This record gives sequence, structure tokens and C-alpha cells, in this order.
Amino acid sequence: MSVQEKRAWIYGVTAIVVPAVYFAIVLRPGTDVDTVAYVRPLLLALVFGVVLNIVIDIVTSVGAPKDAGRTDERDRQIGRLGSSASFYALSIAAIVPLGLAMAKAPYFWIASTLYLAYILSAIASSAVRVVAYRRGI
Amino acid sequence: MVKPTRVTNSIRALRFAHEEMTQAALADRLGVTRQTVIAIEAGRYSPSLEMAFQIARVFGVGLDDVFQYPDEGSDSTKARTGPR
Repeated sequence: MSVQEKRAWIYGVTAIVVPAVYFAIVLRPGTDVDTVAYVRPLLLALVFGVVLNIVIDIVTSVGAPKDAGRTDERDRQIGRLGSSASFYALSIAAIVPLGLAMAKAPYFWIASTLYLAYILSAIASSAVRVVAYRRGI
Repeated sequence: MVKPTRVTNSIRALRFAHEEMTQAALADRLGVTRQTVIAIEAGRYSPSLEMAFQIARVFGVGLDDVFQYPDEGSDSTKARTGPR
């Protein structure tokens, strides 16, 4: 498996694990969404997701230093496919928080669905890249 | 596995004909990753025209000797590049 493919896997796994932990912490049974203190955990989840990606990426690169910096036309083409999938996923998923804001829903749901939209776009990007590396383009 | 391209190639045979050149050695010559060479050989990736020429140049042969494209409705795999 190439370093770029590993990066796609890492991106996808962190995009699933970090928000799962966030929602498990914030949406405990009996939580009142009108009063829940979600801002700090959400900011922490966003920062932690980025930092975790960088740390795992560095560890992976150290394991294969020769290939770490090498990308070629296939990697770039697959990267563009992933970016395209990410764009469409975000564009569609962002409709939900937009609708919630228009409906004057609690801020928690607006922020959470927007966060989910980011997550969906990251998962879409990762999935498309992994499939492209595995099945071909 | 469904191959996303109809382009076939003779890279594997050419590698063996050139002192059993490894995929890693070919990748180094081309400046790409070994996985990309593997994907091209397996027909899972069609390289750009520029890379195709670079591959042909590594082996010192023409593009037709490296890549083939089957004619419609025939089993022929040799690309036809000349006037019909």
C-alpha cells in the first residue's frame, strides 16, 4: 500500500472516530439540546481531528521515508477525484443546517449538522480515493 | 475485478526482456511510485501520454510495442496508428 493510500485510509478513519467520540460525549442520555455545552467539545473535536491526522501522517511517513514525499500523476488524479467527491458531499449535506437555521432550530442542531456535513465530505473524499487506489481509475 | 480501461500493455514482458528490471527500478526511472507501475501493468490505470512515451523510451521501443488498444469487435490487440 502506498503512502498516499495510507493517508486516504487515515483521513477516513479519523473522520469517523473523532466525531463518534464527540457525539458520544455530547449526546449522553437525558441531554437537553437547548442547554448542552457543545461549543468547547466541538472546537476540541475539530482541532483534535486535524492534529490526529497530522500525527498519524508523520508516523506513517517515518515508516516509509523514501515514498513519503513522492507523488505522481496517478496520485494527483486520484486526489482530484477525492476533492470533487468532497465538494459534492459538502454541498448537498450543507442544505440540512441551512434549513435548520431557516426553521430557527436550536443552535446545537445547526452546529452539529454542519459538523456532520464536514465529516461526510471527509468520508466521501477518503472513500473515493481508497476505491480509486484499489479498483483503478 | 473490472478493469477500468481497455488499454493493454506489455510492460511486464518488456521488463523481463530488459535484464528482469524490477517494478521498483522502472518506477525510479519514471519518477513514480511502485504502486503506479503495478496499477499500469495490471490495467488499473491508464498513464498520461507523456508517461506512456517515457515508458517506451525506458525500453527503447515504440509506443505500439508497449501499449495496445483492441479494435472494435475484433480480438486484435495491436493499436492501428497508420492510415487505413
